[in-house]
Amino acid sequence: MIAAHLPVLVVLLPLFGGLLAALSRHNEAAFWIALVASIATLAAAAALAGQVMAGGPISYRIGGWDPALGIEYRIDAVSAPILLLVAAMGVAAIVYARRSVTVEIIPERVAWYYTMMLICLAGLLGMAASGDAFNIFVFLEISSLSTYTLIALGRDRRALLAAYQYLIVGTIGATFYVIGVGLLYLSTGTLNFGLIVERLPEITSPRALIAAEAFIVVGIALKLALFPLHAWLPNAYAYAPSSATALLASTATKVAVYLLARYLFAVFGIQRSVGPISVADALMALSLLAMFAASLAAIFQNDIKRLLAFSSVAQIGYITLGLAIANEAGVTGAFLHIMNHALMKGAAFMAIGAILISAGSSKLDELAGIGRTMPVAAGALTVAGLALIGVPGTSGFVSKWYLVLGAIEAGRLWLAILIVASSVLAVLYVGRILEVIWFREPAKRSLEAQAVPLSLLAPTLVLAALTIWFGLDAGFPVELASSAAKALLGVSKGALP
Amino acid sequence: MTLIDPLIALATRGVTIFLMVAGLYVVIARGNMVKKLVGLSLFQSSVYLLFILPGKIVGGTAPIIDPAFEVYAHPLPHVLILTAIVVGIGTLALGLALVVRIREAFGTIEEDEILAREDAVRVERDE
Amino acid sequence: MTGMLLSGEASLALALVIPALAALAIIALARHPNLREAATLVAALALFIVVVDLLTGVLAGARPALELAHLAPGLSIALHVDPLGMLFTAIAATLWVANSVYSIGYMRGNDEPRQTTFYACFAIAIFATMGLALAGNLLTLFLFYEILSLSTYPLVTLKRSREAMRAGRIYLLTLIGASMILLLPAIIWTYAISGTLDFAPGGFLAGRVGPEAMAVLLGLYVFGAAKAAVMPLHRWLPNAMVAPTPVSALLHAVAVVKAGVFTILKVVVSVFGIETLQTTGSSAWLVYVAGFTIIAASFVALSADDLKRRLAYSTVSQLSYIVMAAALATPLAVIGAALHIAAHAVSKITLFFAAGSVYTAEHVTKVSAMDGIGRRMPWTMAAFTIGALSMIGLPPTAGFLGKWFMLGAAGGAANWFAVGVIIVSTVLNAAYFLPIIFRAFMKPANGPVREAPLAMVVALTATAAGTILLFLLPDIPLRLARAMVGV
Repeated sequence: MIAAHLPVLVVLLPLFGGLLAALSRHNEAAFWIALVASIATLAAAAALAGQVMAGGPISYRIGGWDPALGIEYRIDAVSAPILLLVAAMGVAAIVYARRSVTVEIIPERVAWYYTMMLICLAGLLGMAASGDAFNIFVFLEISSLSTYTLIALGRDRRALLAAYQYLIVGTIGATFYVIGVGLLYLSTGTLNFGLIVERLPEITSPRALIAAEAFIVVGIALKLALFPLHAWLPNAYAYAPSSATALLASTATKVAVYLLARYLFAVFGIQRSVGPISVADALMALSLLAMFAASLAAIFQNDIKRLLAFSSVAQIGYITLGLAIANEAGVTGAFLHIMNHALMKGAAFMAIGAILISAGSSKLDELAGIGRTMPVAAGALTVAGLALIGVPGTSGFVSKWYLVLGAIEAGRLWLAILIVASSVLAVLYVGRILEVIWFREPAKRSLEAQAVPLSLLAPTLVLAALTIWFGLDAGFPVELASSAAKALLGVSKGALP
Repeated sequence: MTLIDPLIALATRGVTIFLMVAGLYVVIARGNMVKKLVGLSLFQSSVYLLFILPGKIVGGTAPIIDPAFEVYAHPLPHVLILTAIVVGIGTLALGLALVVRIREAFGTIEEDEILAREDAVRVERDE
Repeated sequence: MTGMLLSGEASLALALVIPALAALAIIALARHPNLREAATLVAALALFIVVVDLLTGVLAGARPALELAHLAPGLSIALHVDPLGMLFTAIAATLWVANSVYSIGYMRGNDEPRQTTFYACFAIAIFATMGLALAGNLLTLFLFYEILSLSTYPLVTLKRSREAMRAGRIYLLTLIGASMILLLPAIIWTYAISGTLDFAPGGFLAGRVGPEAMAVLLGLYVFGAAKAAVMPLHRWLPNAMVAPTPVSALLHAVAVVKAGVFTILKVVVSVFGIETLQTTGSSAWLVYVAGFTIIAASFVALSADDLKRRLAYSTVSQLSYIVMAAALATPLAVIGAALHIAAHAVSKITLFFAAGSVYTAEHVTKVSAMDGIGRRMPWTMAAFTIGALSMIGLPPTAGFLGKWFMLGAAGGAANWFAVGVIIVSTVLNAAYFLPIIFRAFMKPANGPVREAPLAMVVALTATAAGTILLFLLPDIPLRLARAMVGV
């Protein structure tokens, strides 16, 4: 009975959890509600992933309406890993939040904070679960609105500014998306992904379609911070509360990438040319720019949170590059990196959050020698940093392996070299952090750092451990990613010429 | 079917595009945070029109089943846009709330003034 | 049957476990220097015993293998001994013992800071070297290659001075940068071509890729393994000289540069296959690049006054002998290359031990200040002389063997460029080593006899003896080298 309703439960659990947390108005109660809701969500997502792996895609009709009119939820090999990832990172971030909010959030707002985290999760999960273009817009806005609130709850007043700027940009992005959906609807008369794909061949004039594609891609690109539409991200990540940064960095952009993949492969067809260049080539150029420009920018940051934020923009470039390579190894690499980057960046932001809470700063020059006084947090940051570089033995290596393999199989050795060359920039920005935190004489703040409570370290260490685990035994993530890639590419062949 | 109908359709299309472009322009060009939100709302409103216009059928009525009428406007866009309007209200409310908090924290809602002050603070700290 | 005490798999596992445990024990014993050093020595001896046991098995024909982790379909982290890997393992394990004894004398004698970091990172570097030498496929080799780079970074920067940090940055950036930009794509390309990464005797690329592409691929491997210091990627090595002498010994003799040339030799033998390279001629260009490096580095060494810098450029030049021999791609040449890995390791560690000993006793670092030092430190400088003779390639030292084979191979292949390079460089080697010996022994001494601490003298005498022993009894390395090419 419950099993049949899992596709919608995975969204409703956090949504109603959020409502309950808001109604409880009690911080401790709100935490436990959030924890139970997120764990239940994770269980639902895991069960769904199991069903999809065993029995193929699941279709769920909300209220029993026909997909032509109603909303269809569709869980397949592409969305199942995303659901699993978002739900898992939600649990980690909420466990982490228990201790971090006592320092970073005014007590009266803590219950609201958990509410926003849960609603954000609901929105993100909804985007991944829904097979209805307009329904996705609604979930996009649900997740965005809660994200703006989460960022605004940061303790620095610049957090307000970052939230406002993100609100403007995010709303423009979402509106662009919905304009594109409107044009698509005008052309095909449906909002259901499956039906849109079916009806696309009947469209005689491609102009509306091109316009729809442009609006949708730009709208999603804003949300996923694709270079050069990434300007909102560094401030948002730098000033948001630590647990919110960890959650956003590891889920929000990833769901947007998923959505981009869905549209490019299943609906529009990634090899299609608009004017002289194909969509894939354009995406590839932007991805490469992101990898190099954002990594360069990261090298010159002093605030570690900002540095990691720029690194996120660069790493998203790797993911979109994998999509642009558009063969099985490349797309597998992209999906692997969606998961691996979520884990490593989650670990990195949690580690720097722990340091921020204990030592009172996330500035590189004030954290010299912090490795001596906080070896565990600094160790987790180190593992995450090595994974960002793609050192073998970490999960980052495996994703890079598939990306480079994809490039070589596509006959583009130069692209392979560029991918690995950009990881040398990661050596520079990670190396800077590691040199300062391990090899400098401890600064005043480092010596005064307080002990870190276990509830902060536990999720950090779990993510760091997974980063290493998936670097040594990547069977599970590779299986998820390659079935996602196969599903996307299989669909892509049947789509547009 | 009169001559007026296509003209109205053309005009409303014009209005849609005008709202879209003007709204976006205000968002980009204005430094005042409330004005930016106004621009954003205009921009969103244009989308409501974009969805609703094609649903309009000349001579059709509201989609309520009644033996007296046979031609209805398409109901789905209306439903969608109701949702979109709610989302828009939510965004606007949150945006305005943020502006209130920004005014409390910075003492102004002009973006360039805030940035100038932040720069000044940064220079001071570095010195 | 094979005369081994342990099963081959157990030996492989222990070869990794012992140094890893040693690193943990060293960190745990940070506050007890005597116990900490004891842990290092015990681990080094234990590893030596395990490796000797493994060696008897390999000489008897055993080729144990062990899968450590299964990364993804077609990708695994696995160990698989072959004769060349066995040779490198044996060298590193033996020299770890000598270096541990020497380090105790040096680190205490000079009152170096951060000794726990030193011993712990050293043990991790040995761990990485074992994994690299015993690697069963390219992925495993790459994994341990990178661990080796990372674990030696804290050693290069051990002094934490501005100069040391700068050297560390160049070190890490050159090694990791080259390995990421060139070596990793080379490995993935190999995988894309052949669908496997497992080393196979005779290689597995024959007929799968054209000669030009093969030459490019070889280039990616050679420059990607920047630890081999083929010009122009050699600058990290002289820069890393700021580190304490035992670290230099690790870099030049035990692990790091050897890991570079080992990688190249292994790839030539077990990925490309020497017959394939011979028929396609894809490695011909490398003879010239390596030859240039040999001569150019010798000239730089000739003009260097700083003793360690002179030794560093001597290393750059000697490494390229091995690369050049690999590029000649005849059985005789690669046997020479393998022997030269052993010979250079044991003689260069002797030279560095001697240089460190002179520094500890007299704080002399310049060649020009070494007048009469041989009269005051007879053991040290006698060992230095043996090491230097081996570098030049004169009997009765180990260096003679490898050079003899390489010269024979170059002549046999009628590659007169290589023959010329070997002859000219021998003259140059003599020109920059003999004056040091002349100064040390012929110029008058300006003080009484005063040797370095006992532990250091013991270690350097042992390695000097090893240099001669390797010439007199080359049976084991020669058998391994022959088994490598199957003759």
